[in-house]
Amino acid sequence: MSESLLNAAAAKFDQAEVYRVESESHQVSFESNRLKEIMRRDTSGVALRVIDDGRIGFSSTTDAGREAELVDRVASLVPFGSEASFEFPEPSGYPTVDIVDPAVAHVAQQSMIDTGQGLIERLLDEWPDLLCDARIGWSTGRGRIMNSAGIDAEYEQTSYYCSLGAQLIRGTDMLNVWAGFGSSHLFGEAELDRLLQTVRRSLRWSKETALATANTGDLPVIFTPRGVGATLLHPLMSGFNGKNVANGSSPLGDRWGENIVDERVSIYDDPLIAGASGSRPFDDEGVASRRHALIDKGIAGGPLLDLQTAGQLGKTSTGAAGRGLASTPSPSSSVIDIAAGDTHFEDMISGVKEGLVIEELLGAGQGNELGGDFRANVSLGYKIEHGEIVGRVKDTMISGNAYKVLSQVEQVSDSAEWVFGSMRSPAIQCLGVEVAAKDE
Amino acid sequence: MTVNQKGLGIFVKYRDLIENALNGHDADYSEIRIEETDNSRLVYRGKSLDTIAQTSGFGGNVRAVTKGGWGFASFNSFEELGAKVADAIAQSKAVGGSKTELGEVEPHVEVVPAHIVHDPAEISLDEKKRQMDHYNDLVWSVDGINSADIIYGDTSRKTFFGNSDGSYIEQEQVHVISRISAQARNGGDVQQAGFSLGSQGDYDLIRGLDEQVIDAAKRAVVLLDAKSLEGGERTVILDPVLAGVFVHEAFGHLSEGDNVYENDKLKEIMYMGRKFGGKHLNFTDGAAIPGLRGSFKYDDEGTPATRTPLVRDGELVGRLHSRETAAKLGEKPTGNARAIGYNFPPIVRMTNTIIEQGEATLEDMLEGVEDGVYVRNWYGGMTQHEMFTFSSGEAYMIRNGEIQEAVRPVMLTGNLFGTLKNLDGVGNDLGMNQGGGCGKGGQSPLPVSNGSPHIRIRNCLISGA
Repeated sequence: MSESLLNAAAAKFDQAEVYRVESESHQVSFESNRLKEIMRRDTSGVALRVIDDGRIGFSSTTDAGREAELVDRVASLVPFGSEASFEFPEPSGYPTVDIVDPAVAHVAQQSMIDTGQGLIERLLDEWPDLLCDARIGWSTGRGRIMNSAGIDAEYEQTSYYCSLGAQLIRGTDMLNVWAGFGSSHLFGEAELDRLLQTVRRSLRWSKETALATANTGDLPVIFTPRGVGATLLHPLMSGFNGKNVANGSSPLGDRWGENIVDERVSIYDDPLIAGASGSRPFDDEGVASRRHALIDKGIAGGPLLDLQTAGQLGKTSTGAAGRGLASTPSPSSSVIDIAAGDTHFEDMISGVKEGLVIEELLGAGQGNELGGDFRANVSLGYKIEHGEIVGRVKDTMISGNAYKVLSQVEQVSDSAEWVFGSMRSPAIQCLGVEVAAKDE
Repeated sequence: MTVNQKGLGIFVKYRDLIENALNGHDADYSEIRIEETDNSRLVYRGKSLDTIAQTSGFGGNVRAVTKGGWGFASFNSFEELGAKVADAIAQSKAVGGSKTELGEVEPHVEVVPAHIVHDPAEISLDEKKRQMDHYNDLVWSVDGINSADIIYGDTSRKTFFGNSDGSYIEQEQVHVISRISAQARNGGDVQQAGFSLGSQGDYDLIRGLDEQVIDAAKRAVVLLDAKSLEGGERTVILDPVLAGVFVHEAFGHLSEGDNVYENDKLKEIMYMGRKFGGKHLNFTDGAAIPGLRGSFKYDDEGTPATRTPLVRDGELVGRLHSRETAAKLGEKPTGNARAIGYNFPPIVRMTNTIIEQGEATLEDMLEGVEDGVYVRNWYGGMTQHEMFTFSSGEAYMIRNGEIQEAVRPVMLTGNLFGTLKNLDGVGNDLGMNQGGGCGKGGQSPLPVSNGSPHIRIRNCLISGA
């Protein structure tokens, strides 16, 4: 089917590309400490993108019965299409990336149920008042990209994931904590233990409530690996997105090669890491994957580019095209890898006289992320006094600018941890985070 | 049983297929929902058109419940439909260990046509593009603009729903959305301003926006020189659009029955009659309010839409339900079970959520505010149980009862049990916000609307910018 669609399109337009995805997934979910639902999903669809007279046309469908319509539909769109600044690429060599574990698709439903049940029981043993949710599931996916320049490439990917959440209500005070992990490999006790430890630590640190001290950035804030993901990553990444760079809205516009943050900060986009969620041998336009320095020892590396944005900027694609079935490709990160430093996390905390630990935020991304700004309610964070965590803070907001905050790094922890399987980060202690809090 | 005669002859496209597939199984309840969608989308970024696309979708799902356990299977093809049904039922049995409880809903057979005012399907793509090109040009006509972000989309979603109770319902919904946003930049400082619109079945929504577009572009430029507020507590007055987002986030989500039905502690807190604020607080949700983005005749479980009072005179009086959450709380289904698409099961969602209007004028509310902020328009909002945040698209200082210069937009945060007590003014000028979408449980953006008159909140925590 893909061949005939490509042939029909290639006969009619200057260039054509067919992208086809198929996936199968299976998930068990627990709600309020009990098994609630089992879901299976089969998904398939195809997208056609063409270049004709220098313009781009795009259409997609999940209706196998309407695939034949795609060529005509694209023909009616392409005269109005955006200008193409690229040509579909020719075949090239692809790296080998370990993203398939055949065992994943053979996980028995009962084993997933037992895993969820076991996690919840272990939490309830220690905290009988909790209401726990859990999701355990796997998926297998296959993506195929073909174009009129000769690419016909396909890869398969497996994924196994587990998330565990817990709610504790005391009076009108509600606490929600959770942890999750995903990998292309089936994982076992060691990873499940880590999830439990994360949830337990959050519960332990939240036993007491503490009041945050309002300040304009002169008190230190420690972002845990999840806190880095929740607070700093998005505002930072928007500056590296080829689209924002190409249309002039990235604050990094002309600062490539310059020092933009503290030299202890190194951030890579790395789709070659074995087992990580988001790793892949080539991107969604058939361009080979590579490890890409976003920030190397504080210096701005380069933007993430797909074919179109690379063409607009007079560069070559960095293999960063991502797409959903119903959307055209655009630059996106794959697996984010942030370099560890040299301070033990425990020593970071014990070295702080007064400050905050940020784990999760509510409402991040509503502000002006393009300029690197962040601001949000601290949905899970803790107060440090004299080197010890004294309790959870609530009714507290933080704000700042990711570039400025990462220029005021005080410490970077010596172990980088996986956050949900698609990002690896150490904890980072910084100044420059403004804290607003309710007076009580 | 209601029967729509027109429907029976002509449509009922998948009635036999669904009936046959659900026949002869022993789940306590089962349903099939099939969906056909057609979408058009125009996206501008920077100076030029980024994407023009037309996409179509087809898919369906089977959902079954046995002894309180749910099974769900979704697909893009009818091949092996029988096996999917068997799968979903077997899964429900693997889960079920208690008792199936579903609120009573009379079976309906009906074909519900789309609510159409000016059908976007009758406008050529060429014309849509010319209209949006024009707005893009307008944004760029303003001095100091550095980039534009413009989206136009329309979508038709036809659903075909049948269940083991004997319901068969076909419905079509046509939505039009647009977001127009302008950016201005000064070195590393990037500021943006814009607005979002939406309608059910009315393309005219995106006509005649020249003034609004130019105004947004000018605001973006002005923001470069505007001051940032320091974080802290202040009196805020919210315009109807942002107040709509406020009620959605601050109260709407905790009204959703699925938060409460298996949570005894939350039941103790969210009991009927609980006082949340003064007599001027009256909140309502309902898809039966006609012609809005969150309006429909039947929800995705085939329950007729209603209009549900949530708060009256400051007291909790109602909740939003699916059939299951209603039965488990001993309340009636309200028609709030919604799914964003065929590959998701319906969950309890808001529809059109409103703060009913009061008597105050904006001037009444401004009076006596010595140092406050007037916040307008929205950027986003989020809730985690009793905590919520929402962001303004515009902010202006209020001094001595007067709205003064623009400051950079702010994020506001609150807590259900404190903030509603501080809500001390409800205006007389109800306005609707139709430009939003709601996300929950990975299902986003679901068409919803919300609305309110101007409201005033004392001691509201605002972030620094």
